[in-house]
Amino acid sequence: MTGRPRVAIVVFPGSNDDRDAAWALGALGADVDLVWHAEYELPEGVGAVVLPGGFSYGDYLRVGALASLAPIMGAVRRFADAGGPVLGICNGFQILCEARLLPGVLRPNRQLEFVCRDVVVRVETAQTLFTRRCVEGQELVLPVKHGDGAWYADEGTLMQLAARGQIVFRYTEDVNGSLGNVAGVTNEAGNVMGLMPHPEHAVDPLLGSADGGLILAALVDAAAAHALATA
Amino acid sequence: MLDLGDGLAVAFKVESHNHPSAVEPFQGAATGVGGILRDIVSMGARPVALLDGLRFGEPDWHFSRAVGGIGHYGNCVGVPTVGGETVFDEAYRDNCLVNAMCVGLLPVERLTRAKATGSGLSVLLYGATTGRDGIGGASVLASQELGDESAEKRPSVQIGDPFTGKKLIEASVELVSAGLVESLQDCGAAGIASALSEMAADYGIDVHLDRVPLREEGMEPWEVMISESQERMVAIVRPQMLEAVEAVLDRWELHHAVIGEVTSTGELRATWHGEVVGAIPARLLTDECPRYEVAQRPRLPRPEREIVDAPATAEALLALLASPGVRSREPVYRRYDQLVGSRTVRRPGLDAAVLRLRPSMRGLALSLDGQGRIARLDPFTGGALAVLEAARNVACAGGEPLGLTDCLNFGNPEKPEVGWELAEAIEGMAQACEALGVPIVSGNVSLYNETNGRAIHPTPVVGAVGLVQDVRLVPKGWREGDVVLLAGAGALSLAGSEYQARFGEVSGRPAPLDLEVEARLVSFLWRAAPLCSLVHDASEGGLAVALAESALVSDVGARLELLDEPVELFGEVGGRAVLACRAEVVADLERLAHESGVPLRRAGEVGGDTLLGVELRELRTAHGSES
Repeated sequence: MTGRPRVAIVVFPGSNDDRDAAWALGALGADVDLVWHAEYELPEGVGAVVLPGGFSYGDYLRVGALASLAPIMGAVRRFADAGGPVLGICNGFQILCEARLLPGVLRPNRQLEFVCRDVVVRVETAQTLFTRRCVEGQELVLPVKHGDGAWYADEGTLMQLAARGQIVFRYTEDVNGSLGNVAGVTNEAGNVMGLMPHPEHAVDPLLGSADGGLILAALVDAAAAHALATA
Repeated sequence: MLDLGDGLAVAFKVESHNHPSAVEPFQGAATGVGGILRDIVSMGARPVALLDGLRFGEPDWHFSRAVGGIGHYGNCVGVPTVGGETVFDEAYRDNCLVNAMCVGLLPVERLTRAKATGSGLSVLLYGATTGRDGIGGASVLASQELGDESAEKRPSVQIGDPFTGKKLIEASVELVSAGLVESLQDCGAAGIASALSEMAADYGIDVHLDRVPLREEGMEPWEVMISESQERMVAIVRPQMLEAVEAVLDRWELHHAVIGEVTSTGELRATWHGEVVGAIPARLLTDECPRYEVAQRPRLPRPEREIVDAPATAEALLALLASPGVRSREPVYRRYDQLVGSRTVRRPGLDAAVLRLRPSMRGLALSLDGQGRIARLDPFTGGALAVLEAARNVACAGGEPLGLTDCLNFGNPEKPEVGWELAEAIEGMAQACEALGVPIVSGNVSLYNETNGRAIHPTPVVGAVGLVQDVRLVPKGWREGDVVLLAGAGALSLAGSEYQARFGEVSGRPAPLDLEVEARLVSFLWRAAPLCSLVHDASEGGLAVALAESALVSDVGARLELLDEPVELFGEVGGRAVLACRAEVVADLERLAHESGVPLRRAGEVGGDTLLGVELRELRTAHGSES
């Protein structure tokens, strides 16, 4: 394979962090395709998909609910089913939960207010596609900015996810009322991850932190590997 | 709009949304943000930052709802809120002020690109549909005093839809970038009527109101003409471009309709199913509108009342830090997305926020300031101070002030005292701008801010944009062992100060300003900032509070030698700034200060965990800020 790994970023009407993610991934060595929500197929040769932060379709009805039914989501589901790496950030996490590609739901923050600040998350497992550049127990500084970030699942699901290593990040404090301080989870196969903090806003020390680069660079690695495997 | 060099220009403006916010704070504040965003978009710029000036009686539910409304809109549309100010004062209890400022960026060639004008061009309305909401927003609400029956005016408050607003921004930026439209106008106050009047003044416009996409049945032509339904814009389009424009709008799923055409009659003429329902020479709506000479009568301040039983310095400092006027704004900023756009090098909190102008290392420093309490005692000084404070704030972040925008919030100008306040404040602002050599490039006026006959403080609010040459050198916080210096020599007084408001009674005449001295200080500060670990100017609460804020943001105290006098520690008006730097840099700073004609003196050294005899931990608890 030649050239830089290609990452598709889905743009819904109301996506806000799409350009930020494109800039960050571009700086980390990816070629980025911005893919409009009304498309039915991902571009040929894409090695990973990002669902960015924002307020897709205004987040009317329920966060992520409308976007989970967008035309492009059929293609994202097929890509995920074929083992392609998919990362949902903030609104993207909410969409992936609504699409049942990830376990649990995201509820309004317990404080019932939007929260924007830097938080510390602990890497619970370095065994995922997305955390291979981290070590278990490592603490990352990442910003959060959301009104609906309290992840929730029933106790049984939480225990099961923890046992299977699907809980990837936990906040080191209670940020939004998230069950078990969960900040990010994967699907059972480990190729789909959602997280509420924003790695794309943490790739430059000038802007506060570069820790998010570890996650996004791992995604670029995974994109290259997936493209190679399916070429 | 100002040229920033490197092919980039900046557009910025501040606007009020006071009366709607007084009647319904959430939607009032939200639509205020929506309106100023569209103003910047209509200049062809992409909005990159919002700032908000909020003035309320106290931090109550009403205030919290306004903050929620700003967040609701700004967060949803993906524009970061990076600064502003929050003031609590009895004077704003029944008539809050919500001022929103937006900053946008555009390629400089977009300013100079030749634009088609004149008859034959199409007038295209796009965005949301038009309904009865917000009818009379500008006339029923904004141009009358409020009273007890104001709740009945809720139907005149516009309702915001940030999702449509976001699509409108993206579609508009796309239209402008592709050169598909000749110009854009926002449908703000007075809706289509005002959006078209400017264009009509130069040429003439025929508008067919029956072609406007409506959201309810049975609307009268006049209602369509002045509806303030949100999220609508007007584009002037060459007929051959219409198809391409409509394709963009269809992709963004926005309503659109050609509602009229540019003529050469000089008239703004409205028709309804072919019948003329209104016509006026358009110049009467713009350059030749009626002008008023307002009567003026000076309002003399009460003589300064002595403060009795003034507390000791430590106690006063803690009380001021804990007061609603000074305490940490983190709980407010936390509710806003400060980061989207990946430009925010310095987040809100200290003096001015800084945005990086990627890919260069240059940046914009942004600030929004007003001095209503001092303006109440002396509107000239209050007006000048708003300009100086805004300029000083961007200078503290290393930004050379490039331009200003202003929002004049006043009471009923038909009352001679208010007329006088207005004239004095404008004169103060004008003289301060002249001293600084910085222009005011845009602005807005909000009058009739009275409820049951009680006027707000005269409150000129000024937004400043400064150019930072290297964002890596923006001061972050003082460090152990740094030398602490004080710059500035303006006269100080307690009249109108936070200290007087807290421990005495607001009265007396604020110290006179020497505008030349103040301008020299601003010029020194932005040159000095890249050499410093910290630069922070004294404002509400005076020098003592500025030092405490410096220590808190840096998380280390200082050993200082200061005169233990209330006016020295807590006095306001005259510009002063705290600077900190490594010992080896002091000589450079002293030389710069000497060249700039600014008095600079050493005040002590950074270190320890106390400040002015109070433990940092105690200061932090009082201030409510996090380490």
